[in-house]
Amino acid sequence: MGKKIMFYPGCTLKGVAKNLEDSTVESARVLGYDFIELPGWTCCGAVYGLAQDSVKFTIANVRNLIKAQNYGKEIDDNRLIAVCSMCYNNLKRAHIDVMKNRDKLKTLDLFMDEEADYEGNINVLHYLQFLKNDVGFDKIKSAVKKPLKGLKVAPYYGCLLLRPDEVAIDDREDPHILEDLLKVLGAEVVDYPLKNECCGSYHTVDKKEIVGERTYKLVSVAKEMGADVIATSCPLCFFNLDKRQEIAKNKHNDFEHMPIVYFTQLMAIAFGLTSQDVLHFDKHYISPEEVLKKWL
Amino acid sequence: MKYTIKEDPHKNELVQKVIEISGENIFSCYQCGRCSSGCPMAEFMDVLPNQVFMFLQEGDVDTLLKAKTPWICAACFTCTVRCPVGLDLAAVMEAIRELQLRKNYDYIDPYKVEDREELPPIAMVSNFRKFTP
Repeated sequence: MGKKIMFYPGCTLKGVAKNLEDSTVESARVLGYDFIELPGWTCCGAVYGLAQDSVKFTIANVRNLIKAQNYGKEIDDNRLIAVCSMCYNNLKRAHIDVMKNRDKLKTLDLFMDEEADYEGNINVLHYLQFLKNDVGFDKIKSAVKKPLKGLKVAPYYGCLLLRPDEVAIDDREDPHILEDLLKVLGAEVVDYPLKNECCGSYHTVDKKEIVGERTYKLVSVAKEMGADVIATSCPLCFFNLDKRQEIAKNKHNDFEHMPIVYFTQLMAIAFGLTSQDVLHFDKHYISPEEVLKKWL
Repeated sequence: MKYTIKEDPHKNELVQKVIEISGENIFSCYQCGRCSSGCPMAEFMDVLPNQVFMFLQEGDVDTLLKAKTPWICAACFTCTVRCPVGLDLAAVMEAIRELQLRKNYDYIDPYKVEDREELPPIAMVSNFRKFTP
């Protein structure tokens, strides 16, 4: 049994992003941590309310934080790990928001009268932060069984790991945390100037064409820089960059497909976890099997 | 062209509402253009982000209510973190959307969304939260 840590999966990891969930939980297990799903978690709401008087977008997040507060006391650890960029961003923003605006917290505590009040001591972390600061890259290096030598990876952060400033896991204009991890796994990291640019996000629902254009640009530049795959941590970026290649290809003759992977899948592969129960390549539109077969 | 500002924008009710909902002092923008130059959605917009502030400062909210721009903004916060006077542009875009959404306006109809089975839940949740009341 490893050390118990609270893990917030989020809705998408339970369906289309099963590959992200299983590769996260299993890679953590190799490092000696048992990721325990936060009991009774609910959806984070995906986007944070930006209106000054918006309280409704914060309710679900604070409720999740209260659940973490209760369970955290049981396992004596206040860290709550999220791996989906949207979940991380929302939980973290909600925490910072209610700590800054105590009136808002009071309103929420009064509204959620069945729950305990939020005490503000939950430490929301993205998996990358946890890997770097709590596990340490040295320990990760010693767990690598199959170094990803020769695999050229473009690291893609997207928006919500880096913006706004209060929740940024690294420098927002020139982040390195993902590169550093990929190098520890033995991969060759290509310089990717669009690593912090938006993929088009929720426009994928009603303005697919815009996301297709973004995907064309993001994937073509990664290709130009010599990448074999793009690694991300956000299931929405993943879906957009993977699935919307279809639109990019239809519109641009010069477009070449590229597989998209989660950084956790690369970690799992480097740790020798190559079972499809962990990697779930059937969840990919563009299969990464061909590019990764050397290590599978 | 002769241009007359017809009314004091500070007293314009809609401008005041945008300020109230966003919590941002839209008059502090001095048109440096950094928001528009870094905006990944700018090529799809009919009014550029810096122009949004120009219209607000002139008290012309009607133009913005008819514009596509607030509905094209993806709330990626690139402009927000780069604005030299610290304006949260994403919140201002949201405030302009809110002016309409709070009148029970649906920008999209969730029942008409295609490929609902394959879309990730976060795509739909975020889209409906931004585009429906």
